[in-house]
Parts: sequence; C-alpha cells; structure tokens
Amino acid sequence: MLALTIPERTWAHPVPVGWKLLFLLGLTAVLYPVSDLRVLAGALVAVAILAVALGRGVVRQSLKMLVPLMVIVLLVLLYHVLVGRFVAGVGIVLKLLTLIGVANLVTMTSRLDDMFELIMFLLAPLKSLGVRPEVPALAFALVLRFIPVLVQKGRCVSDAWTCRSPRRMSWPVLVPLCLVALDDAERVADAIRARGGIGA
Amino acid sequence: MERQVARVALFAALIAALGLLPKLTIAGGVPITAQSLGIMLCGTILGWRAGGFAALLFVCLVLAGLPLLAGGRGGVGLLVSPSAGFLVGFPFAALATGIVVERLRLRTVFVRATLASLIGGILVLYGFGIPGMAWALDLSIADALPLALPFLPGDVIKAVVCGFVTHGLHAARPSALDWSR
Repeated sequence: MLALTIPERTWAHPVPVGWKLLFLLGLTAVLYPVSDLRVLAGALVAVAILAVALGRGVVRQSLKMLVPLMVIVLLVLLYHVLVGRFVAGVGIVLKLLTLIGVANLVTMTSRLDDMFELIMFLLAPLKSLGVRPEVPALAFALVLRFIPVLVQKGRCVSDAWTCRSPRRMSWPVLVPLCLVALDDAERVADAIRARGGIGA
Repeated sequence: MERQVARVALFAALIAALGLLPKLTIAGGVPITAQSLGIMLCGTILGWRAGGFAALLFVCLVLAGLPLLAGGRGGVGLLVSPSAGFLVGFPFAALATGIVVERLRLRTVFVRATLASLIGGILVLYGFGIPGMAWALDLSIADALPLALPFLPGDVIKAVVCGFVTHGLHAARPSALDWSR
C-alpha cells in the first residue's frame, strides 16, 4: 500500500526530482493565466501522451489517482453552468486535470528516497530554529515505522470498544489511542537515549 | 530533545493512522474522518512547537508521495488541486491551536482546548484553505467561501470532540500535557 511510486523503472526515474518539480512549477505559472480552450486541451493531450510514453503501469495508476477528482470536476462544471459561465468552467477543469496529471507523473516516477533528500534540502533553513539536519531524517524513519503500529493499536482499541458496547465506535476511543502514542513516544525517546541520543 | 522528536514523530504517525482507521460515528450516527481532528489534537496535546512540527512532518510525507491523506491521496498533485490550501495550512493550524491552548488561561481544559481548536483548526485552516480553493478553481475568495461551508458543521463538531479528548487525557494523566504543568 505504501508509496505511490511506480515499481518498474521508466526513463523519467533518473531525472532529478528537483528538475521535475521545477518543470511542474513552470507549467503551473505558464498555464495559470491561459483561458484559451484549445491551448488547455492541447496541454491535457500532451500530458496524456507523456503518460503513455512512460508505459502502461503509469497510465493505469494515473487514471486511478484521478478518480477521486471526478467529484470536484462535476461540482465545478455544475457551478459554472448555474452561473452561466460554462466555457470558463471547462477551462478550469482542463487546467486542473493537466496540472494534477503532470504532478502525479512526478510522484509516480520519483523514488521516496529522492523526495526525502529534496525535503531535507528544503528544510535546511530550519537550522536557524535549532533543528539539525539528522533530526528530520530520524523523524521520517520513526513515522514510517509507527504508522502500522498505531493502526494496529487503533484496531485493538476499537475491538475493545466493540466487545463492551452495542453502540457504534465513537470519539472516546481516541483518549486511549492518544495515550498509546504518548507512551510509545516516551519509550522511543528512552531507546534513542540508550543508543547515545541525538545530542543537545 | 529525544522526547520532543519522539513525540513529534509519533503524533505525525497518529495523524496518518487516523486517516487509515475506520471512521468514527458521533451522536446521531454522523460519521467523521478523524484526520483533521488529528491536526487539532497535535496542537492541544503537544503545544505549538511540537504540534506544528508534527503536522509539518505529516504534510512532508504526503507530498513526498505516501498515500496517507484520508481516501488514500498523496503526492505533489495535491499542491495544484483545490485542497492545496488546506494541506499547506495544516502545520499553521496545529501551530495556532497550540499557541492558543498555551496562552489562554482558562480553568477547564475542555473549554481551553475547544476554543483553541476552533481558532486553529477552523479559522486559521480555512484562512489557508479558502484562498487555495479560490486559486485552483479560478474563483474570487467570496465565491469560494460557500464551497467550504459544507465542511463547517463537521469541523465544529471535531473541535468539540478535540476538547473532550484533551480533557479526558488531562484527567487520565495530567503530566501528559506539557503546557498544563
């Protein structure tokens, strides 16, 4: 389930993440003022061709990632029909699909490690707030490790609720879940300290 | 230091886990997604500094391409989608919630945490989310405002739930909340 990166390697994988994101940024800046439907439709077709050029897996995942967007697309179209600006609505939808499509291609063709490396680079200014670069790296690793742990403990808490109450699960289960997170944090902190700590 | 890093990481994981767990039902059988509740809880439980960092860490992981946002969404595509403002606003919402809960000197933890969540989790979050929506959908801010309204009742309920949970946590273990000591 983890990571939206495509497992097979494509020709876009070795391109540095920074460049791909700059391309996305540039495309956003260029397309934002455009309202000509022909240009926008052309851009969307270009993205589709790009996706096809990247292989079948990319196309399949692209379509899957666009499904949740369809509700918004319908709402936008409906709204613009109601206010009588249907053409503008079509333009907005084309723009959204193009930009999100390209952004999803970036996500799919970038390894998580490369993304993290870029994030570390972007977080470097946090040094002035007293955060040293190895701290976010440790924090990323801890989060990845503890998501499944907390999901499992959340299931335990909800099982306990179901055993004892005929009502459907409600907010009180969050109290023990937060306590679990806080207790785990203390244990993790002790474990880090026992291994030499991360310095002051 | 180690304790703060561990708390930040565990609560970032908690926000993610809340998006993966089944939905909660509140009085009346209305289901709520607990993810934005997680953002509020970061602020009210960890305070502004650690809470803000926990939300920032979560947002970084989502943007890096982990499908952790409720509904299995993730990746940089979110930054150009109508929900971009909300995602960017998450760390600021947790930060603001934390600042209010730490500064507001009220006797009951419940009122304190609820007010803080209303200000941070709604006022500040919408302050980012609505302009983001206006930008992505090419609308004026005034036109985008009504699009956010359907979420308002749910978010008010979440702020109250956040108040109850923080209160319950304080009752169960007063030392868990750094700011109440």
